[in-house]
Formats: sequence, C-alpha cells, structure tokens
Amino acid sequence: MNALSGITRVTLLKDLRLEWRSKDAINSMLFFSLLVVVVFSFSFDPTAEESRQIAGGLVWVAFLFAAVVALNQTWAREIRNQVLDAYRVSPAPANSLFVAKTLGNFILVSVLEALMTPLFIVFYRLQSLGPVWQLGLVAALGTWALVVNGTFFAAMSLRTRSREIMLPLLLFPISIPALVAMVQATTAILDGEGARFWIVLLGTYDLVFTTVCLLLFETVLNAE
Amino acid sequence: MKRGFPIVGVLTAILLIYALYEALVGAPTEQTMGNVQRIFYYHVPSAWTAFILFFINFGASIFYLIKRNQAADMVALVTAEVGVVFCTVVLITGPIWARPVWGIWWTWDMRLTSTLVLWLIYVSYLFLRRFSSSGETPLLAAALGVLGALCVPFVYFSIWFFRTQHPQPVMGGGGSIDPRMLHVLLINWLAFLCFAFLVCWSRYRLEKLQRDVDADHALESLLDLRGSAR
Repeated sequence: MNALSGITRVTLLKDLRLEWRSKDAINSMLFFSLLVVVVFSFSFDPTAEESRQIAGGLVWVAFLFAAVVALNQTWAREIRNQVLDAYRVSPAPANSLFVAKTLGNFILVSVLEALMTPLFIVFYRLQSLGPVWQLGLVAALGTWALVVNGTFFAAMSLRTRSREIMLPLLLFPISIPALVAMVQATTAILDGEGARFWIVLLGTYDLVFTTVCLLLFETVLNAE
Repeated sequence: MKRGFPIVGVLTAILLIYALYEALVGAPTEQTMGNVQRIFYYHVPSAWTAFILFFINFGASIFYLIKRNQAADMVALVTAEVGVVFCTVVLITGPIWARPVWGIWWTWDMRLTSTLVLWLIYVSYLFLRRFSSSGETPLLAAALGVLGALCVPFVYFSIWFFRTQHPQPVMGGGGSIDPRMLHVLLINWLAFLCFAFLVCWSRYRLEKLQRDVDADHALESLLDLRGSAR
C-alpha cells in the first residue's frame, strides 16, 4: 500500500511538473473547447430560454471532446525512450501507475472545466436555479467517469494502429450512460429540479468502472 | 464434427423454410396492423438471438481473461461478429415496421436507444479487434468485452426515464399475444438460433484454419531462417 501511494505520488508529480512546464495539453484543450463553444453557438441560437435546455449537453460534449485531446497524450510521453517497457520490467505495481495517470488527467480536465465554465456562463447567459454545489458534485463524478475509462482505453489503444482515432471509438460508446447521466443531471439542476437519481447512477458507474479498470489494467499493460 | 456440419445445415434450411412459411402464411393476420405485423417474426427472434450471442461473448471474454484459452477467444470473436449482424437486422426491421405503424422511422425511445448503444459497443469491439496487432488482440478484446457488457445495465438505467412507445415485451412483460402467434414466433426463434449457431460454427472453423495457417507460416519462416544460417 505504501509503495503504491509512493509511486503514484512520484508519477503524478512528474506528470504535473512536465505539464506545468510545457502546458501543451492544457493549452490545446482550452483552445479546442473554446472552438467547440463558438462553433456550437453558430449551429444553435444561444438565446436564454432555449440555451438552458441544451446547455447541459453542450458543456459536456465540449469537455468530452477536449478530454480526448488530453487522454491521447497520456501515454505518448511514456512510449518515447521505452519508459513504459522499463516500468513493466520494474517490480512497481501497475495499478499505482494507472491511478497516477488517472489522477493527472482528472486534475487537468478539472482545471479546464474551471476555466471554461465562466465562458459558458457568459456566452449562453446561464443561471442555475438549483444548488450550485450539486453542479460541482456532478462535474467531479462525471469527469472521473470520463477520465478513468479514458485513461484505460488510451493504454489499450497504445497497441493499435492509428491509436489517435481508436480512443474515441472505444471511449464514446462505453461513456454513453455516463454522458446521459451528466447531461440530465446538469440540465435538471440548471432548471431547479432534483437530480438525485442521476448523481447516484453516476456514482455507481464510477465505482463499477474504476474497480474493473483497476482489476484489468495490469493485464492490459502487460499484454504481449 | 465435420460430417455434422452439412446435416445441421440441411436441418436449419428446412427449419428456416418452414418458419418463413409459418410467418408469412400460417400465422393469423393482426387485427389493426395487418400484414406489416409479420415483420415481428424476424425482429423479435433476431433481437433475442443477438442478446444471447452478446451474452456468450461476455462469458467467453471472462473465460479468456482467466484461462487464456485460444478457443474462448475465437468464440468471443465469432459471437460478437454474428451478434452485430443480428443486432443490425433488429435495427433495420424495427424502422421498417415503425414507419407504417407509428408513422415515424425512428424515435429516441428506451428500447430503441438501448439496442443502438449495444450495437455501437460491439461495433467498437470489432474495430478494436481489427486495429490491434495480432498478438495482443485477444487480451485487449476480452477486456473490452467485459467492460462493454458491464456497460449494458447502465445504458438501461440511464434511459429508464425515456418515454417508451415500444410494444411491451412478449416474455416476462405486460404484453399479451395470441397463442398461435407465439407458436410461430418460437418456431422462428428456433430457426434463427440454429442459423446463428451454423454461421458461428462455420466462422469458427474458418478462424481456426486461418490461425493454423498463420502459425504454420511463422514456423516455416523460422525453419527457413535456420536453414539459410547453416
């Protein structure tokens, strides 16, 4: 347990430091989701009444697309100089690496969401009729759902041809229930209705998929 | 085993012809929908067959993850491929029926949406199998097979509140059906199951042959290398 947390911490700090110095992922994600927001506003008329109906969907689709940008870069760094092979040879538990990568992506996508939310509020004149802390909870659970599956599938698609396109092909179908729950919960909260069912569903989804990803990650990492 | 194949093939063909006759001629015409309703005898058995095949895929994937058994991997591959075909049949026959009865081709209804998502998951499974390099395919595919199957209950719950206008399930639901129609439906299901089994079997033999040939090729090139080195 101690080794697990130690390796997780070191890997996480290394990734965050690399990202802090280069800011490659966060910049491309920010610009990408900005583009999504602008393109959407041309596709739909973002007037106040209708925008509340579709805002939940819009926000999450933008974040989902942007998250794929970050997720695709997760493992690419470790392929160079055969870092991943070295990791597989080392006695370090595979799951600590997975947890570190997932946490790293979670932090990255959360930062993106924190920076992009004000923009959404301004562009779509959003106003929450329900409690805001619930929106935060939905955001955290939803981001975790995207990131935990995304990190897992990114590790999986490393071994495939044309891996950049493979990740969304694998991630999107499996994420549909989580996406539905996030969108419905967000829309319900913005409209001032209860979203308890969706939050519980999202929490269960997170629990099940985190467990299964942790159980299967070592197998996928060592697949040969 | 090899001799059994043509026998099963002929029996399935006879059963399919009989089922077709029963569905088109034997079954009573539905009161309100008329002859359009007869598509039901293809739609529902295809759906049940597809679900069974996906379930076998799930079982085979778990078995592969535990035992690393080549046969289990081939079963998983075959059932996913044939299951996607049957699921496609469901998604095509549904709208053909819905257009005259509901007046629309498609609606984002609970059952329609969940079937579509199921189809998407297993198509992505086939994509993964196609795009990954051969040595790792079984493992990655098995992992995705397990995750995909676990996703199904969540799909179901997440669209629980979508309004449904799909007829109630015939089995274990609130729907009721004329016993004569049920009889025809079950005959069709049996025929479809036999057909699916036959296609799976044939595809399994092909896959096995392909893998044997690949293994022989690899061995041959290895022996050639040794021969030229000498």
